[in-house]
Amino acid sequence: MFGAGGGTSSYREIEETDLIVVWGSNAREAHPIFFHHLLKGVRNGARMFAVDPRRTSSAEWADLWLGIDVGSDIALANAVGREIIDAGLVDRTFVDRATSGFDGYAESVDEWTLERGAAVTGVPADAIRRLAHAYGEANTAQLCWTLGITEHHNATDNVLALINLALLTGHVGRWGSGLVPVRGQNNVQGGGDMGALPNKLPGFQDVADDAIRAKFEAEWDASIPAEPGRHISLMFEAMEIGAIRSLFVLGENPLQSEADAARTEKLLRGLDHLVVQDLFLTATAELADVVLPAAGWGESDGTYTSSERRVQRVRRVVEPPGEARDDITILTDLALRLGAEWPERSAEKHWDELRRLSPLHGGMSYERLDEFGGLQWPCPDEAHPGSPFLHGRLWSDDIGRPAPFHAVEWVPPVDELTDEYPTRLTTGRRLDSYNTGVQSGRYASPRRVHGGIDLAPEDGARLSVAEGDVVRVTSRRGSVRAPVRFDRALRPGLAFMAVHFPDDVDVNQLTIDAWDPRSGTAEFKATAVRIERVD
Amino acid sequence: MDLRHLVDEPTADEVTAVDRVLGPPTSGWEGGVFEDTDGRVAYGGHDLRQRRHELLPALHALQEARGWVSPGGLGYVCRRLGVPPAEAYGVATFYAMFATEERPTRVVHVCDDIVCADRGEALASRLADDGQTVVSSPCLGRCEMAPVALVQQTGGPPTAFEAAPPPTVHQDPSQLELLRRVGVVDPSSLTDYEASGGLAALRRARELGADAVLDELERSGLRGRGGAAFPIGAKWRAVRDAPGDLKHVVANGDESEPGTFKDRVLMEGDPFAVVEALAIAALVTGAARGYLYVRGEYPEAVGAIRHAVDVLAAAGHLDHVDLEVRVGAGAYICGEETALFASIEGHRGEPRQKPPFPTTNGLFDRPTAVNNIETLAAVLQVLEVGGEAFAAVGTENSTGTKLFAVSGAVARPGVYEVPFGTTLDALIDLAGGAVGGIGAVLLGGAAGVFVGPDAVDLPLSVEDAAAAGATLGSGAVVVFDAATDFGPVVRRIAAFFRDESCGQCVPCRVGTVRQEEALVRLGAGRPLGSTDTERALLADIDAVMTDASICGLGRTAASAVRSALALDLPGVAP
Repeated sequence: MFGAGGGTSSYREIEETDLIVVWGSNAREAHPIFFHHLLKGVRNGARMFAVDPRRTSSAEWADLWLGIDVGSDIALANAVGREIIDAGLVDRTFVDRATSGFDGYAESVDEWTLERGAAVTGVPADAIRRLAHAYGEANTAQLCWTLGITEHHNATDNVLALINLALLTGHVGRWGSGLVPVRGQNNVQGGGDMGALPNKLPGFQDVADDAIRAKFEAEWDASIPAEPGRHISLMFEAMEIGAIRSLFVLGENPLQSEADAARTEKLLRGLDHLVVQDLFLTATAELADVVLPAAGWGESDGTYTSSERRVQRVRRVVEPPGEARDDITILTDLALRLGAEWPERSAEKHWDELRRLSPLHGGMSYERLDEFGGLQWPCPDEAHPGSPFLHGRLWSDDIGRPAPFHAVEWVPPVDELTDEYPTRLTTGRRLDSYNTGVQSGRYASPRRVHGGIDLAPEDGARLSVAEGDVVRVTSRRGSVRAPVRFDRALRPGLAFMAVHFPDDVDVNQLTIDAWDPRSGTAEFKATAVRIERVD
Repeated sequence: MDLRHLVDEPTADEVTAVDRVLGPPTSGWEGGVFEDTDGRVAYGGHDLRQRRHELLPALHALQEARGWVSPGGLGYVCRRLGVPPAEAYGVATFYAMFATEERPTRVVHVCDDIVCADRGEALASRLADDGQTVVSSPCLGRCEMAPVALVQQTGGPPTAFEAAPPPTVHQDPSQLELLRRVGVVDPSSLTDYEASGGLAALRRARELGADAVLDELERSGLRGRGGAAFPIGAKWRAVRDAPGDLKHVVANGDESEPGTFKDRVLMEGDPFAVVEALAIAALVTGAARGYLYVRGEYPEAVGAIRHAVDVLAAAGHLDHVDLEVRVGAGAYICGEETALFASIEGHRGEPRQKPPFPTTNGLFDRPTAVNNIETLAAVLQVLEVGGEAFAAVGTENSTGTKLFAVSGAVARPGVYEVPFGTTLDALIDLAGGAVGGIGAVLLGGAAGVFVGPDAVDLPLSVEDAAAAGATLGSGAVVVFDAATDFGPVVRRIAAFFRDESCGQCVPCRVGTVRQEEALVRLGAGRPLGSTDTERALLADIDAVMTDASICGLGRTAASAVRSALALDLPGVAP
């Protein structure tokens, strides 16, 4: 945000902040380590608000839970913004000094009265008002979100709507106040750092920038295409028209993780050549022409970057088993076989190359990473202590480019609720499992709840089904059978399926592949379904 | 949080009983009817968690409503208070008076502790033969009436097995200070209380102001009567000076030391005095909230104190402090001040490490002045006669008068008030003299020390007791006659500590078990190795518990055994 590809805050900040807003995130289960930090904040007295269609185990910790309708986040954010303005809780000094576009924003939210917000989101006006006042009045506040915000067709607008609130109140760029998109893996942030994004080179440097490209070309002695690559949703569209004929998949299981699984399978099977590099023989790998067995975290040297932008060392402690090799070795060999003369290099040598190319990482020698127990970027040179939080410039004398407000319009989910498909199905994660279960499915857990559909008890009664009964769940794209569980966290009309057990109940037969054009993320969170008893 | 609620449903009676304590539920999330709005908003968080301290009263409500704490009832309380059922179960099972399995609606707890002993066991078997459900109990604090029992019956609070007579005093009231109203003035009448000098101290305290009251207390040399003998003036001053806008005062009425019943007599016989003194404590320390924690086995004291608080509040004498009565549920350890805090807060009564001390980090982590009931009564005396006059009574380091609960082999067991420095044999004479000669005297209860028959000329002061390797402790004086077999006595003491150890720290949890085992082997004449190796083992266990336990329970769990072995009392290590 504001040009930086990471969350603004340190974990320590959520322990010391006055207010925590968790929006579209069941971090208690999906980000348990982060939630430990969050709970320290709660124990230190921080008030907590949770915005989520379900009253999740995260929301149980909140002082106030707001049970919004799936996909009404922008409506809620705009109503909160309007109330902050209306109640005189705007940080005028900050807005005047460090932001741009306030007037346009204020005008855009003017129609979002508490009453209209309540009508669209389903949340009582008083609860919206409380959230607005708490956020507006707090000295420091952390606004956190995850996939409940980003797995929508308008993901980027959702994020912008939240950023607007931080700009209104000055809750960014200060210790304790920030915007925190929590990362789902230990190294999702690191993937972004290293340039695993279609439009960025390592260090979040724009591929379209000639000077940037020239710098990399000189270091790499190769030419780099100036136009951005495709993100995953575009890749599948390209496969559909035959523009992509070969696919190299590293550490991903798209056959089971992508929306509209039937379409995904057809496209993957239609490729000329599919290579999968993974620790495990995933369902996707089963379709591959070549599988390259990769090494795990204790078998490789390198670094991870956490959600707080902290780069940390990881070390090889055992040799990879069997034919497995670490990613650097595999990729270097591959380059060699493709005719490139890549030198054999250690992880540290690759890292030092990155430090020459990425100003964010310039000061992070392995020696310093060891000495400080990791460093947070930006860390441009070896005298720099790292950056606990971002955008402090907005409070400094040298503001630079002001942070812009973005007026955003609420648009409902693409998959409409109708009489034929009256129930809103949303998807998510549970504590004991991870994504499609490639990493977690092979371990037993006493907490594991296998594939199925969670319903409000009232809906179970309406369908005359008991827990354990199998129902048919049908969307506009497909149909699956699933055993029923009742969950009080759901209200009537709202159903939930975990994504972890595609082999039992393949939820992505149901989901829609409508995706956000800017982030490439599909709308996993909002599917319209019909649920029927199977007799 | 992270609640995994039980599937069992509460009965209507349980819901009614809990709602009477907690008020009605405000949402479906709290166990009420699930309404549409519950699918849209839920309140909870800090406001809900702040109600955790209501767990113990709610458990009492369940126990009284149905005769046990059922899973359905417990689950309902957990929803109401946002407490995980596993944690609430941990609290419920901590206390002897809560049953977590169904049992008959009427249960008789018969004391078989060191004073009731054989007489208690005889009563228990007679009742059992009679078809009653009998549970053996540690000391019930009515040793002057031994043998005694307590009845728990569904539908209400516990009651004494036989209607207990109001406390009586065997001394001339005109010669007494702390006991002067007991048995003389109607303990339920504020008018009578005032007519006998009541509330003069509170008025005096208001006139003097906090600083002058503290000066008087420091001049008086008054020390705490609960066992630790800490100077009261210094304690209250520390609380007054501690930073923080909310402070607490606590009256520790969880008198549970075997052989001790002086606080019960004060609470039943002069309850206004206890509450008045706590009100003064609040005035002096600046505390806005106060708790009177009364032992659950003392239903008459609970009633008397509740009544006194209500009457004094209604008469406008408690406008400066919000006082609340809390009732224990059968746990010796809760008499330990930090365990008592944990109990009020709704947790298992496990003591905390000190420092930090209660004066800065007490109840709810706030500065807290916690005092024994007798200490509070003595504060009134200081204000009535002045610090200097108070200090003129007693010895140099133990000023004023002291209550002793004398029981066992004496002609007139009861509570006696004597100036510090009075000798032990003079006290026994006051109680009508020993019956059947003196085998030994246990001073200070189970956590105390045996004094041999040739040492009963011991002056009863903190310093003289310490010099003799003894302790006054809680003021319990249990006299054993010359024919006593002390084997069962020390084994009962060891069993008591084994049972009452909270289990939090290893030295006490393991040590109390090992100590009892060694004593049982010695008593059975089957030592591991020799009697000498068992004595060496006991000394070792003693050293570890005394040095390394978190709280006073573990640190004194070997005290009586040690003294019994040193005196070679008959039957201990034959």
